[in-house]
Amino acid sequence: MKPWDKLVRVGVLCAGAAVLALSVGTGAGAQDKGPIKIGVIAEAQSVAGSSIPQAAQLAAEEINAKGGVDGRKVEIISYDNHSSAAESVRAFQRAVSQDHVNAVIASYVSEVVLALEPWAARLKTVMVTPGAASDVITANIAKNYDAMKYTFHGYLTSGALSELVCAAGKDILVDGLKMKTAVIMSEDAAWTTPLDAGYEKCLPQIGLKVLDHIRFSPDTTDFTPIFNQIEAKKPDVIITGISHVGTQPTVQWKSQQVPIPMFGISSQATNSTFWKDTNGATAGVLFQAVSGPGVATTEKTLPFVAAFKKKFGNEPSYAGYTSYDEVYYITEAIKRAGSTDGDKLVDAMEKTDYVGTIGRIQFLPKGDPHVHGLKTGKGFITGLMLQWQDGKQVNLWPKDLANGKLKFPSFIKVAAGQ
Amino acid sequence: MLFWQILIDGFAISSLYALAATGFTLIFGVSGVLNLSHGALMVAAAVGAWALNSQFGSGAYLGAVFGVATGVVLTLLTYGIVVRPLQRSLRIREEEKEIFILTATLLWGIMIQELIAYFFTNNAKSVLPVVGGVVHIASVRTPANEIFTAIVCWVAIAILWFIVNRTRAGKSVLAASMNPRGVTLLGVELSSVYIAVWVIYGVLVGVAGVLLGMFLGVSSYSAGPLTASAFSIVVLGGLGSVPGSLIAAYAVGYLETITAYTISPAYRSIPALLLVVLVMYLRPRGLLGRR
Repeated sequence: MKPWDKLVRVGVLCAGAAVLALSVGTGAGAQDKGPIKIGVIAEAQSVAGSSIPQAAQLAAEEINAKGGVDGRKVEIISYDNHSSAAESVRAFQRAVSQDHVNAVIASYVSEVVLALEPWAARLKTVMVTPGAASDVITANIAKNYDAMKYTFHGYLTSGALSELVCAAGKDILVDGLKMKTAVIMSEDAAWTTPLDAGYEKCLPQIGLKVLDHIRFSPDTTDFTPIFNQIEAKKPDVIITGISHVGTQPTVQWKSQQVPIPMFGISSQATNSTFWKDTNGATAGVLFQAVSGPGVATTEKTLPFVAAFKKKFGNEPSYAGYTSYDEVYYITEAIKRAGSTDGDKLVDAMEKTDYVGTIGRIQFLPKGDPHVHGLKTGKGFITGLMLQWQDGKQVNLWPKDLANGKLKFPSFIKVAAGQ
Repeated sequence: MLFWQILIDGFAISSLYALAATGFTLIFGVSGVLNLSHGALMVAAAVGAWALNSQFGSGAYLGAVFGVATGVVLTLLTYGIVVRPLQRSLRIREEEKEIFILTATLLWGIMIQELIAYFFTNNAKSVLPVVGGVVHIASVRTPANEIFTAIVCWVAIAILWFIVNRTRAGKSVLAASMNPRGVTLLGVELSSVYIAVWVIYGVLVGVAGVLLGMFLGVSSYSAGPLTASAFSIVVLGGLGSVPGSLIAAYAVGYLETITAYTISPAYRSIPALLLVVLVMYLRPRGLLGRR
């Protein structure tokens, strides 16, 4: 080795060590004084994901405008994960070790959150998901609480979603339309496995016989064979579990004039742009949601939507509502804990009792099979059942929050009257 | 019932495959370019049609025309700023140019795809169909748009056949695909032939993209699979052979439809891919390939 090379090497090593020492130094020192930093890892290119950092930013600005948390400002640092689990993991590592965030809000894709869960445990950093649904996320915490307790499920689990769909189905489909049979149609993904199991269990309980169960690949582009298979069984209703796909089955349902209504989870239908994406083919589609335009689920819902629209020019996606609430209750928890230490923050988060935009937020306690999942049902989160009508999302359920009546396009054949 | 269903559904999808693959094979046959941004160009055309209608309320017809125009403009840009500079470069050795163009078009396609995702999100879009409603053929409820798609595809292919075989410009294109040097000796400007072919290709890509957007819908994710399916159809039919691509498009279209109906929609594309592998093994030049 030439002496010059040696010198360069030593120099680089020294510089590296200095940077490391510096970053560790500032990290430890600044943790309880500087701004509260919340990392947001989301799918910036998708409609559902793009609202996540935006809503978090809005919440942070509101909190800061009122003086911050004990005088500390809230700072949002966002990372685009390009819908990739690998990029999300890198972003998480960077957020914690380089950017020194105090908590992370991450993704609406279950696969991504499942990949991040062990990293939240390893790096002892609180992570809340605003939109993933797989039950495995909370099941993992239940299995190994002490290690995995850093993850919180800030949205409904698939199991909870299926129960809310059934509860609405009982009122609208069985009692209202006297329906008796159903076919389950869902995409093959991590979040639909527990959803479908939930449907299989609760649909017969409300009086809908399940005639068939179709799981299709999320890459499917031509749904003609699937709708044909469903029609051949002559069900009264199609119970959906779709999120990665949405536009294509909806458009083809309309263009082929499949005479059976669709009811259930259709995440893309919750987006305000869905009418345009489908050229209005979504008219008549019934979908579960935690919020709807003009529906005052709590007193915070409508002011949030108005502020979001004013700032970003469009309506928030479902994950926007949850992300907004999460910034509030994470910062509240930090305030209560009086510290940003991971373990203390977990304890404080578990005591969360916060009325947000989608309902009252409380986490299920240790010992529950879905520990750190949201409590659902009356008094907590009940969800809504909306329907697309004439370019608008109209809420039909629960009755006390309804702002319209059931209405199907002419090609749908259902028994008259609700 | 199932037989008619497969026959009708398969015909529509195969016609669309045929149209999309024809352009792809034409451009390879004449100028030796394997354009891996093919799928991205189709998606861009469909998104163009969608955007004009849903964002500016232009109506279905104007939207469709704008979509095709988007396809043509982007295709010419592909030629002008990606393919042509590489073809004319003196610093790249002649035998390496093909691989350079292959890589460049692939990257160009990814750029288009990412730009679409950035500006219009990666959610799927569907283009407003020019014709709505359904018709009953042999008691199969068929969307009128499906029939429209098949007709437009065949009209476009027929026009292409007419131009290539019956017009002077078309004949020089055909000749250029067989022997570029000979055509130059006859006093035909080769570069103008190439531009003509890229324009034709642009129209085919635009029409195919817009029809696809009406029929099945597209998202930025569709770009890769669309290129792959055009590529496998063209390889199956024989690189550069238009009739070969047409036959291969129907073979693939029907094989997929039969699989989707009789086995499972989840396995839709597998038998067609096996067929491609089999043909590669037994007849590497494809069904009607010249070399």
